[in-house]
Amino acid sequence: MSIWVLRGLRDGVVTTRWPARPDPYADGWRGPVRPLDSADPADLTDRCPTGAITVAGGTVRVDQGRCILCGRCVAERPGVFTWSQGDTGPAALTREQLVIPELPETDAAVAAARARLAERTRALRRSVHVRHVDGGSDGSEEWEIHALLGPVYDISRLGIFFTASPRHADVLLVTGAGARGMAGPLRTTHDAMPDPKVVIAAGTDAVSGGLLADGEAVTGGVGATVPVDIWLAGSPPSPFGILNALLIAVGYLTPDGKRSR
Amino acid sequence: MTMTQPDVQALWKYLESRVTAGDRFAGLFATRVADRGPVTLSAHVTTAGDVDTLEAVLPRGAASYPALTPRLGAAFWYERVIHDTFGLVPEGHPRLAPLILPGDPLPRHVEGYGLFTIPHGPVRSGVVESIEYLVETPGEAIPHLNMRVFYKHRGVENRYPGMTAAEGVLLAERTEGIATVAHALAFCHAVERMAGCQPPRAAGLVRVLHAELERIANHLDVAVRLADAAGLAVATARFALHKERTLRLVSRMCGSRFGRGVVVPGGVSARSALSPADIGAELGRLHKSVAADAAALMATSSFLDRLRGTGPLTPDRARQHGALGPIGKAAGFADDARLNRPYDAYPSLAVGSGRKHSAGDALARLRVRWEEVDQSFGLLRQAADDLSAERAADQLLVPCEPADGRALGWAEAPQGEVLYDVSLNGGRIVRCHPRSASFHNLVLMHEVFTGDILTDFPFIEASFGLSVAGVAL
Repeated sequence: MSIWVLRGLRDGVVTTRWPARPDPYADGWRGPVRPLDSADPADLTDRCPTGAITVAGGTVRVDQGRCILCGRCVAERPGVFTWSQGDTGPAALTREQLVIPELPETDAAVAAARARLAERTRALRRSVHVRHVDGGSDGSEEWEIHALLGPVYDISRLGIFFTASPRHADVLLVTGAGARGMAGPLRTTHDAMPDPKVVIAAGTDAVSGGLLADGEAVTGGVGATVPVDIWLAGSPPSPFGILNALLIAVGYLTPDGKRSR
Repeated sequence: MTMTQPDVQALWKYLESRVTAGDRFAGLFATRVADRGPVTLSAHVTTAGDVDTLEAVLPRGAASYPALTPRLGAAFWYERVIHDTFGLVPEGHPRLAPLILPGDPLPRHVEGYGLFTIPHGPVRSGVVESIEYLVETPGEAIPHLNMRVFYKHRGVENRYPGMTAAEGVLLAERTEGIATVAHALAFCHAVERMAGCQPPRAAGLVRVLHAELERIANHLDVAVRLADAAGLAVATARFALHKERTLRLVSRMCGSRFGRGVVVPGGVSARSALSPADIGAELGRLHKSVAADAAALMATSSFLDRLRGTGPLTPDRARQHGALGPIGKAAGFADDARLNRPYDAYPSLAVGSGRKHSAGDALARLRVRWEEVDQSFGLLRQAADDLSAERAADQLLVPCEPADGRALGWAEAPQGEVLYDVSLNGGRIVRCHPRSASFHNLVLMHEVFTGDILTDFPFIEASFGLSVAGVAL
């Protein structure tokens, strides 16, 4: 066994200090697609396989909750779309907030959602327990969540722990497009958690269903089954993105990246 | 090659003779062409260098057909899927419970004094995919195990029709997310075969880079889960670190940690953002630390004790079933598509056939994975060297105008061979039937609990290294 003591010391400290310190990998992350300010809206909508691009009143909008990061639009219309560099995971408090640029009526709704969330997160301070449920994912989201338990992200340093029992859980982290077979177990898990609780829809599939959105076997996102508080885009979301959403859930960060305490 | 037989009995007879002669049964599915038209049964069998499709059309309006499973056990789950999706009854099927659609489980498989069922799932402890295991046990031994996978059924297959080939790749990438590259490759190989286009050599090398990095990441994931099951905290952390470094290397090459968006029909979408020299240097460092930690793990006797003799698959069963990937190799049945039906840049690289194993237990499966990791690093080094010899101006993409027709495509995923049966018409997908290695192999979990007890369960599950997403589709 002593061999493992030595092997454990080999690479020194590999753990990121994010969010207290910036992390170069997070800063270099190729985030979701956004339209440029100078976007010209001529014939754009059919370029997107998930219908994330809309044009209304001369404004091009990207719904990051539908974007699966395929990059077709950036490759074909570089003058209209670009990657948001360094945005590890666009997390929003309302579904509409994931539409970029923001729709005019979003502000008030976000403020209301923020107030509702703040009230609940007051109770979740230094020790937060998370229950994960797979609601029909492609399997990659589980890898990215699992990465948080590894030495690089090590979420226990932030007082966040995964728990087997929903009875101990404060946060419900849901992945997947909302498979109908999982609707019952997902609802049961949600109802088994004590109040106050926060629900995170992790990944584009969980937000909107992604490429499967219109299929008969899924509900087009998990929002149809449980009330979602935090919407996190990404296909799959990066570990930093999931960490970001968890820190918003516990009231440590706000969705615009500011420390709230 | 597609071979049509006059009726189902003739189809099964011919299929059986092919399997007896040494070909491998690779899948079975049904299709209904027109709305109320007759149902066609299609079986896939591998042959030297290719995969054949054997077909028979059922009489119009047929409600049942003679089952294949009594003659060929490997069809057990395939026929349950046919029953689920078409309502067709395979007569003589030993246990016709629903598989990918919800339904009540059948009564217990084994009966006896004090036997009970432990339902485990679909929401289980830890961060894992949803599946329900019904463990039939008298307390410690596991005489039988039933698996219910329908919870995650996402209707993937039904989403393909109507998509263009370019959109189809995106869905293939998300059919089984941890084998993104292999699924994209298998899909694109089918499309390229119909179009008769040959991706440029540089593109083939980039494809190999991503496919082998995916294999390393998956095998490291299995090591993480096995070390975790044994409570080796440092080993768990070490392999998680190596896996993270592998995924980060992939993301620095292409922007996605799973290699998404790289493989497209006709080649690859872009040159790697890292130079072959940088990739080579990073791979060298990674290989050294992975090899050292793997050696330490394989010298930790408390760990090996948990794996040795655990969850053994007999060589006979592996051969009869045509077990894929590391599960097959560990039991002496090796059919690696990279070697036997090579594609992309593999024909020009030295793949090597690896050592022969026969123990078939969890330890043998892990040994096979470490050998494959070594082999992958070797292939990566060759591919990176060859790629640096290619000129920067070399093409990465040839035009691949989708042609009408039907073709099979395959690729060797970390879990084993992935097989896609794609039909196109007018540039759109008419039908796409993906068959993951996870689907073909997971059913073997039924076979491996001889003599194992409840605490062996996490080891056996981890040593299979499969993804439920690829099973329930």
